[in-house]
Parts: sequence; structure tokens; C-alpha cells
Amino acid sequence: MSTAETTHHDQDDHHDHGPAKGLSRWVFTTNHKDIGTLYLLFSLAMFFVGGAMALVIRAELFQPGLQVVEPDFFNQMTTMHALVMIFGAVMPAFVGLANWLVPMMVGAPDMALPRMNNWSFWILPFAFAMLLSTLFMESGGPAAGWTLYPPLSLQGGDSFAFVIFAIHLMGLSSIMGAINIVATILNMRAPKMNLLRMPLFVWTWLITAFLLIMVMPVLAGAVTMLLTDRYFGTSFFNAAGGGDPVMFQHIFWFFGHPEVYIMILPAFGIVSEIIPTFARKPLFGYVSMVYATASIAFLSFIVWAHHMFTTGMPLGGELFFMYATMVIAVPTGVKVFNWVATMWKGSMTFETPMLFAVGFVILFTIGGFSGLMLAIVPADFQYHDTYFVVAHFHYVLVTGAVFSIMAAAYYWLPKWTGNMYSETLGKWHFWLSVVTVNLLFFPQHFLGLAGMPRRIPDYSVQFAEFNMWSSIGGFAFGLTQLIFLYIVLKASFGKRTEQLPDRVWEGAKGLEWTVATPAPYHTFDEAPDFRDEDVAHGDVAH
Amino acid sequence: MAHADGGYYIPHGTRWPIVGSIGLATLTASAANFMNGNGDFWLIMMLGGLAIVLFMMWGWFGTVIRESEQGTYSDQVDVSFRMGMIWFIASEVMFFAAFFGALFYARQFVIPWLGGDGTGLATQQFLWPTFEAAWPTNGPEAIGGEFALIPAFGLPLINTLILLSSGVTVTLAHHALRHENRRALVVWLAATVALGFLFVGLQSWEYVHAYQDLNLKLTSGIYGSTFFMLTGFHGLHVTLGAIMLLVILGRCLRGHFTPQHHFGFEAVAWYWHFVDVVWLGLFVFVYIL
Repeated sequence: MSTAETTHHDQDDHHDHGPAKGLSRWVFTTNHKDIGTLYLLFSLAMFFVGGAMALVIRAELFQPGLQVVEPDFFNQMTTMHALVMIFGAVMPAFVGLANWLVPMMVGAPDMALPRMNNWSFWILPFAFAMLLSTLFMESGGPAAGWTLYPPLSLQGGDSFAFVIFAIHLMGLSSIMGAINIVATILNMRAPKMNLLRMPLFVWTWLITAFLLIMVMPVLAGAVTMLLTDRYFGTSFFNAAGGGDPVMFQHIFWFFGHPEVYIMILPAFGIVSEIIPTFARKPLFGYVSMVYATASIAFLSFIVWAHHMFTTGMPLGGELFFMYATMVIAVPTGVKVFNWVATMWKGSMTFETPMLFAVGFVILFTIGGFSGLMLAIVPADFQYHDTYFVVAHFHYVLVTGAVFSIMAAAYYWLPKWTGNMYSETLGKWHFWLSVVTVNLLFFPQHFLGLAGMPRRIPDYSVQFAEFNMWSSIGGFAFGLTQLIFLYIVLKASFGKRTEQLPDRVWEGAKGLEWTVATPAPYHTFDEAPDFRDEDVAHGDVAH
Repeated sequence: MAHADGGYYIPHGTRWPIVGSIGLATLTASAANFMNGNGDFWLIMMLGGLAIVLFMMWGWFGTVIRESEQGTYSDQVDVSFRMGMIWFIASEVMFFAAFFGALFYARQFVIPWLGGDGTGLATQQFLWPTFEAAWPTNGPEAIGGEFALIPAFGLPLINTLILLSSGVTVTLAHHALRHENRRALVVWLAATVALGFLFVGLQSWEYVHAYQDLNLKLTSGIYGSTFFMLTGFHGLHVTLGAIMLLVILGRCLRGHFTPQHHFGFEAVAWYWHFVDVVWLGLFVFVYIL
């Protein structure tokens, strides 16, 4: 598993203080590691909140007919599940990882703008308190789907304004977080850390942050128009006044498509860190990985209307968006090829992070392929708004984004906490997850192809069997995550039994493995010197 | 209260962000309650939330200004601030892009389709067969009733000249600062502030005129929506920019900034040029075309 290469040359590089005591440490902190921890714990909590909502959905869909919840509450669950998972679980998890890792990976003492870093996090609990509070309001929470399409979303109750403002706050948090990450990467690197020496996780986050800065304001604009249409009598999405509901979809998906890459590019970075470690080979095609990431980011701006092929668009538009979407398969294929080529003839071992990373490569690719199917306009006319779409985006988001986050958690947990998790439990967690998640989502492909619509609490009896399997898979997957919760809490709060080496994993490269384990409160007060082969997962001769 | 090893200043412990979060949450939750018609109490709460946010900004910027004047910030910190401002302005550009996008989409696609062009044929035929595509419009049901326009080459042109001149004066102020000519700095900066507020004043006067005499309102269909949201958000940004310039003027009067180090000044000047450029877009696409 892990071997000691060097023991640490002591961590006293600190004349001054460690963390403050008590609650004020967490509320007033400017330390990137504290803030990273806050983000990650918040994300974990939201993962379970959003997961509970998913289980309400799966309980209702266990059998045909209406048994468990009212249809309106079902709709609130589908809407809130998505908002909580996207803005509360996946995005904060990646920002938390960036906070912990980017400064350590580039050899910086902290994030570039530490006070704003604190604010980026501390907006989130307020935003989500506001969002979740709508469930307890008289009118209930939002029920028109997370995409908030008008006119339906405008016909909801009083909670609408709270939802919109909560989204504004989340956007504010994301933009500030992204600006901080860009400034850190571009301005805080150790002198020898030139751009093409940066770990791929740093590269993917640089590009993700750019996407965030470009599209979160567009979401803010779109929801502001909804707000004024609902409360101040504007006609943006009202055809009677010369507006158009479809216009909302265009603006929304101009944000929405880059958003889905915001949720996957950091995952690419994580997997590109982990696979070389456990294959004990440099990452194959480092530079092509960087260019592929940049290409995907560029393409993400010109494919948005593939989410709306059935809403009415000139034929030329449908063709353009279909081909542009398919082009994304090229850089993505480059990435998958590179991961496989990295493993090729490597001295592979399969510790839990590697299992999740390999699981990611296979299952994310399945999600990518179903995405290609959806990109085909005439086929999409059939698949649109069916469970096929649900299956597709859960493959890329659960077995893609979430698996990568778990891989990252296992990979860096020892560095963060100083405790090694139990490999046995980790493997149980992985194997149970990978079996149950496929039981959960794979049958949904068939349901969708057979015509079962999404976001409906009842269904025709011919869909009963697959839905029952899917629900069983859902509950099993949900319960399995309690193992993960136990592992994380035990590593975080359990007693430290052994002193782990700096380089926790034998094949690990990168500056974060040159500091003590657990990482001291302050790292790299002075810019580190290093040899290329210590940091680069890349082709060091590039 | 901080350590600055390796030259990069890392503050320890900050109270302002949590104050800001409480302020923003109070502001937005109260606004939501107020908009839902839950009573004037929430308007007061809203103002309270706003006051907390302003208090936070006062305190936070105050801290940064103090640290800056004490020479806490190295050149590397300065670069971080510059990047922060550049990317903040980039995000603002994209915010306006959403509203410009709505304007272009409405004019280019929605209105022609409602008038029977292309894929909108059925809508036209079955819902509003008599509607003829034209711009400006408040839609097939003439929402908000008949309205008149503000001619581009009246007040808007004057406003354009005002903003362009203010771009010149702020640059003159910058040159004066770099050449250590404090008197000229203060004069040109004061002129910029005056032009900024003059613009806001004229714009407000135009709004009153539009509402009272032209029946051009936020509720005047898609024209009113795009007109007031674009010019309104722009006006808000000019107001903020003018307040920022005023703060910088106050700092100049207190002897802040040196010919070499004056990023606070530059950041506000960048912001000012940004609102200037947005206005040019507005003048062309909202008023002229």
C-alpha cells in the first residue's frame, strides 16, 4: 500500500500560531485548509440531504400508482434534489478540494485572497438555509424542476423569490471562489512551477474557474429576469408582451452547459492525479490533456441548445448544435485514451482511490456514450425528457463527478487527517457502490427508451419491474454511503495510531506529498524548490 | 495579526465576511418577504440588511485601505488584487451579456416569429393573426398600453458625451497622480465624480419623463423590459462607480496613493471605463437601433 520514502524533516517552520480555538476558528478563518475542510464537510452534509430527497423519489417510484407522497411534493423533491446536489454537494466539494490542494500543489502559502475565500464559503450555509426553508413554507418549495423553466416556474407559490435569491447567493459564492482560484494559480505558483509543470488537477481547476466566472453571471441574469417577470411585470418570457419562454431556455442553457463541465473538469483532474500514482507511470499525454480540457471548455459555450432540440428551433440550429456537441467526443476521447494508456503496462495496484478512479473511467465513459446518443437530433426527439436522459446525466454526475470526489477523498484523506482509512472498508464501499449504482441507473436507460417520462410520480405498469430494481438499487446505494460517512468521520476525528510518511502513496507525485502528514496548518511559507520528477505526473520531458 | 513570510501577506482571522453573509441573507430574505406582500415591516428589515452590507463594506475596505497605506502589500499581493478586479469585471460583462442577449434574441427571433416568420408560424396563426412584427413593440397584446420612445439624439446623446468626457477626466486624473500633481488629480477626479452623478441625475430625470409623459414603463412589454432592465442595471453600476470614485477622491484628499502604488485608484478607473463601454453598447443597441 504505502511506503515510507522519507520521514519528515520536522514541521516547525512555524514561529507563529496554529489555528484559533473553538467556533471562531471556523467562522473567522482565512486558512485555505480550514476553508477547504468547511467546504468538504458542507458538501458531505448536502450530499446526504440531497440523497434523502432522491430516496423519497425512488420510494414513490418503487411501484406504479401514488403511494408515498403527493405529486406536488414529488415535484418539489425532484427540483430540490437537483439544486442541492449540483450547488450544494458537487460544486462545493470541488471548491473544497481546490482550496485544500491548489495552494499545496503549486507551492503557495495560501489562496491569493484569503478573506474573500472565507466569504465564498460562508455565504453558502445562508443560501442553503434559505433554499431549504422553502420546503417548510405554506406554498412548499420550488416544483418546476431545477431548470426553472417559465411559464411553469412562474406559477409556483411565494417561495419563488426565496429560491431565486438563494441562487443569486450561490452564484456570488461561486464567482468569488473562482476568482480566488484563478488568482492563486496565476499569481501564487512557486518560481519553478511554470504552467506546463502544474499538476493536471490545477490545470482543470484553472479552466473550470474561468467557466464559472463566465457563466454564473448569466445564470444570475436569467433568474433575475424570472424574478422581474414574476413580481415586477416584465415580459421577458411572456409571448403576449413580445417575449418568449424559449428565450429563457437559451439563456439558462448558455449557463447550464458550461455548468455541467464545471462539474466534470475537476473530476478529470482528480482522476489524472490518481491513475498515474497507482499505475506507477507518468500520465500519458500530459500536454494533450491540457489542450483537451481547454477544448472541452471552449466547446461548452457553443452547444447549449442540444438541451432544447424539441422546443422548436430552425433546422440549421439543430444541425449546428448536433455537430458541435458531437465534436466534444474528440477531446473527451483523448482523455479516456490517455487514462487507459497511462495504465497500460503499469505496475498497477488497486487501493480504494484507484478503484474509484478506474470505476470513473469506465462508468463515465458509458455516460459519455449515452450523451452522444442524445446529441443526435432525431434520436433526441425520442429520448427527450425520458428516463434515458436521467440515466445519462446520473452516469456522468454520480459515477462521474461523485465517484471522482470519493476517489479524491480516499486519496488525500491521509494527507488531510494523518489517518489512513481502513482499506477493507474502503473496498466494501467501492464494490457495494459500483454494484448498487448500476442497479440504480442502468435500468433507467431501458425505461427511457421504452418511453417513461421523467419528473412524473406515477407510471404505466409495464415500467414496474425496472423501476422496482432501480429503487432497490437506490436505497442500497444510499445506505452504502453510510460506510463512506463512517470512514470520513473516523479518519477526521479518530485517534491517530501511526505516523504516516510524507509521501503516503508509493507512486504519488506532487508537492502536496513533500509536506508532513497530516499537512501542517501553514505550508510553503517560502516557495519550495523541487525536481521535475517530484512534481510532474506529466511527461517530464515535454 | 498576520504573517508575511516570503513577502505575501496572509491575514489571520477576519470578521467582515460573516457580517456580510448575515447582511446579504437579511437583505434577500426580507426582500423576498416584502415582494410577496407580507408587509412594510420587511421593507424596514430589507433596509436593515442593506445597512449591514454597507457596514461590512465600510469596515472591510477600511481595513484593506489601512493595510495598504501601512505598506503591508507586496507587489505580488498587488497582482492578486489586479487579477481579482479584472475577473470581477469579466463576470460583470457576462451579467450584462445575459440582458443584451435577451434583447438581441427578442428582436432577431421572437418578434419576427410572433409576426409569422419561420418556426413561429403556428403561434401567429392561432393566437395573434393580426400581429405584425415591428420594433419597438410591447407584444401582440400590447402589454402596458401605447408608449412613446426616448429619442436617441436628445438626452441619451448628452449622456453619452458626459460619460465619454468622464472617461477622459479620470484618465487625466490618473496622469496627474502619476506625475505627482495632486492639485490636478483632485480637480480632475472631482470633475469625474460630478460627471458621474450628473449622468445618474439626468438618467433619473429621463425615467420620470418616460413614466409620466411617454407611458414607457418596466411593464411595457418586451421593449419596456429590456429598456429598463438594461439601462437600470447600468444606472445602478454608474451609481456604484460614482460612489467608488467619491471614496477615491476622499482618499486623494487625505494624501493616499503614490505615483507608483495606487491600485485602488486604478481599479475604480477600470470599473469606470467598464460602465462607460456598457453605455456605448446601450446607446447603440437600445437607443439608436
